[in-house]
Amino acid sequence: MSIRVRLLITVLVAMLLAGVAVGYAVLSRSGAPDEVASTAVAGPRLVVLTNGRVSTVSRSDPGGPREVSEQRCDRVYSAGGTTACLRPVGAFKAGGLAVLDAGSREVRTVPLTGFPNRTRVSASGRMVAWTLFVDGHSYAANGFSTSTGILDTRTGTLVASLEEFTSTVDGVVADAADRNFWGVTFADDDNRFYTTLSTGGHRYLMEGDFAARTLRAVADNVECPSLSPDGKRIAYKAAVNGDPQQGWRLSTMDLETLEVSPLAETRSVDDQPAWVDPRTIAYGIQRDDGVNDVWAVPADGSGAPAVLVPEASSPAAVD
Amino acid sequence: MYLSTITRPKTAGWKGVSANVLALGAVSLVTDVSSEMVTAVLPLYLVVGLQLSPAAYGVIDGLYTGATTLLRLVGGFLADRTDRRKGVAGFGYALSALAKLGLLVAGSSTAALGAVITADRAGKGLRTAPRDALITLSTPAGDLGRAFGVHRAMDGMGAFAGPLVALAVLALTGESFDSVFMTSFCVAALGVVILVLFVRDHRSAVPSEPVRVKAVGGLWRDGGVRRVVVAAALLGLATIGDGFVYLVLQKREGLSIGWFPLLAVGTSLVYLLLAAPLGALADRVGRLPVMLGGYVALGAVYLLLSGPVDGWALVVVVVALYGVFYAATDGVLMALAGPLLPERLRTTGIALIQSGQALAYLGSSVLFGLAWQSWGPEAATRLAAAAVAVTLVGTFALVGRRS
Repeated sequence: MSIRVRLLITVLVAMLLAGVAVGYAVLSRSGAPDEVASTAVAGPRLVVLTNGRVSTVSRSDPGGPREVSEQRCDRVYSAGGTTACLRPVGAFKAGGLAVLDAGSREVRTVPLTGFPNRTRVSASGRMVAWTLFVDGHSYAANGFSTSTGILDTRTGTLVASLEEFTSTVDGVVADAADRNFWGVTFADDDNRFYTTLSTGGHRYLMEGDFAARTLRAVADNVECPSLSPDGKRIAYKAAVNGDPQQGWRLSTMDLETLEVSPLAETRSVDDQPAWVDPRTIAYGIQRDDGVNDVWAVPADGSGAPAVLVPEASSPAAVD
Repeated sequence: MYLSTITRPKTAGWKGVSANVLALGAVSLVTDVSSEMVTAVLPLYLVVGLQLSPAAYGVIDGLYTGATTLLRLVGGFLADRTDRRKGVAGFGYALSALAKLGLLVAGSSTAALGAVITADRAGKGLRTAPRDALITLSTPAGDLGRAFGVHRAMDGMGAFAGPLVALAVLALTGESFDSVFMTSFCVAALGVVILVLFVRDHRSAVPSEPVRVKAVGGLWRDGGVRRVVVAAALLGLATIGDGFVYLVLQKREGLSIGWFPLLAVGTSLVYLLLAAPLGALADRVGRLPVMLGGYVALGAVYLLLSGPVDGWALVVVVVALYGVFYAATDGVLMALAGPLLPERLRTTGIALIQSGQALAYLGSSVLFGLAWQSWGPEAATRLAAAAVAVTLVGTFALVGRRS
């Protein structure tokens, strides 16, 4: 084959392939329906994410009609008229926290670096917390790191990282470089909160004091606590045999006696649970095909888990 | 020829770069556009698009690197044994191209994604050694630095353009990852076509007995080869990985995630601009001094990451020095090694060197991750700088001994 023939073939193949690439891009663009059926919902509701968009369903018919908004979040939580939305990281923009008021207006944004993981709002709607994965690009499977912060929406006080607070475990100050915090839940006084501190291979339940800027270990092997509406118990995930590689189980703990009661869910759950009402705990589980469902299980350890909201994640009960 | 050719090679004109090297360079350029497009968006796609946990991403990323290592040896040995370097390289290029289509159909199943990404890296593992062997067999020994420099510069152009093409496709399609993968496949397919049409295979002049596994052992018994393999492993140990360098930089300066691909683009730009001139310089003043200069640049990068300078100056200087390091070591190491390896075992030998480097790199990145976890990024990068100093002395002792 002469060089001219070979060049001609190359050019023809290049043009053909360019046509395929452009054609595919055009088709994928026009064929990307983003519209979802949306119906207004009233009464006690659940806020969830549907395909990354903030949605609400009726608590009496959670599998039924769904009101889907234009707000896009990777993780959402709503309470007391405040919605915390962790904005997804796009190819061109960093993610961050958006605080929305009852009318879905953005009242405050906090630019954050990392991949959204957890968020919570106190019952009054005043305090907002978030957790992001900062280092999800690790070569060792265990080598992730997280960043957890709290915003007081009334005073505007912003704590970018709980690592700024003084943490103690058994009276000893914990300041090792391997500290990671995740999963905050607030008490009714808008000052006390609970979270997870991971250090030295342990994952402690920490009780925090926002005004005093202190944290104190309460129990070991407790992650992503979620305070019950009466503030007496937490629902949380605990690593099986203390080893996160083996997955997590959901339990509740009485904060006075530290007594643990496993829930009826026996699958591994990697989520911060949420109380739908004083008797029911909800959480997300990812299917094999990557779609999430919100499940619910009785808070007293009885019964069996059941799908609460299909094809949804990030549940939060609102009135 | 022995080591005298390494330290005092003859000089030659630019015509020393053969048409075959340019053809291989064109294939690498096009293929790198394709693969870097995917590399740039894959973390975003997996964690943001598919919402995989970072732990799952870590496992996939580990597969990504691990899969290439031993396949290099397999690819090298097959190419020598069958005397079909172009065939083995072509199979590797085609496998990687098909893997891009695999990303489209894998959905969000971790197992399918892992398999597809492993196939992609397997293709890279298989093709690298036969390609580099073809370059050494198409070039006189004295011009190897320049030949590898030109090849790596073309390769670097692809790496430079890839993330930019990916970002452009994302912007034009409203962030459709599938379109990025389809475009990447089309570009990779073009690379295979260029390889088939323009690259000439280099067959041994005299048909000889097939290469046996035992001969690989003989390669290892050659003191000169062994020293270069150990030197390559040292190089691997000194490199903590682009991901970590950019991550430390990003953490220190609080850069947003979108800067990640651009840091790689900056490094590639410096690399492609300097690869050919530094290769030519290595042919003139000796390959060892240029390699050692590269280590000095790498050591400076690690020290700067934990040093007093910050702001934009730090980002620019680190990215520039990091590009210098790659330009002064990557192709130059192959040019240094090529003449030491007997022609019949050239591909296997190159694969042996690259495997040593890749395995050591895998170890060093895991160790660096652990060091970061336990002692924080500052201490970990200083430790890495100390490792570079050891590598510098060790490489000089190993390769410079005979000169």
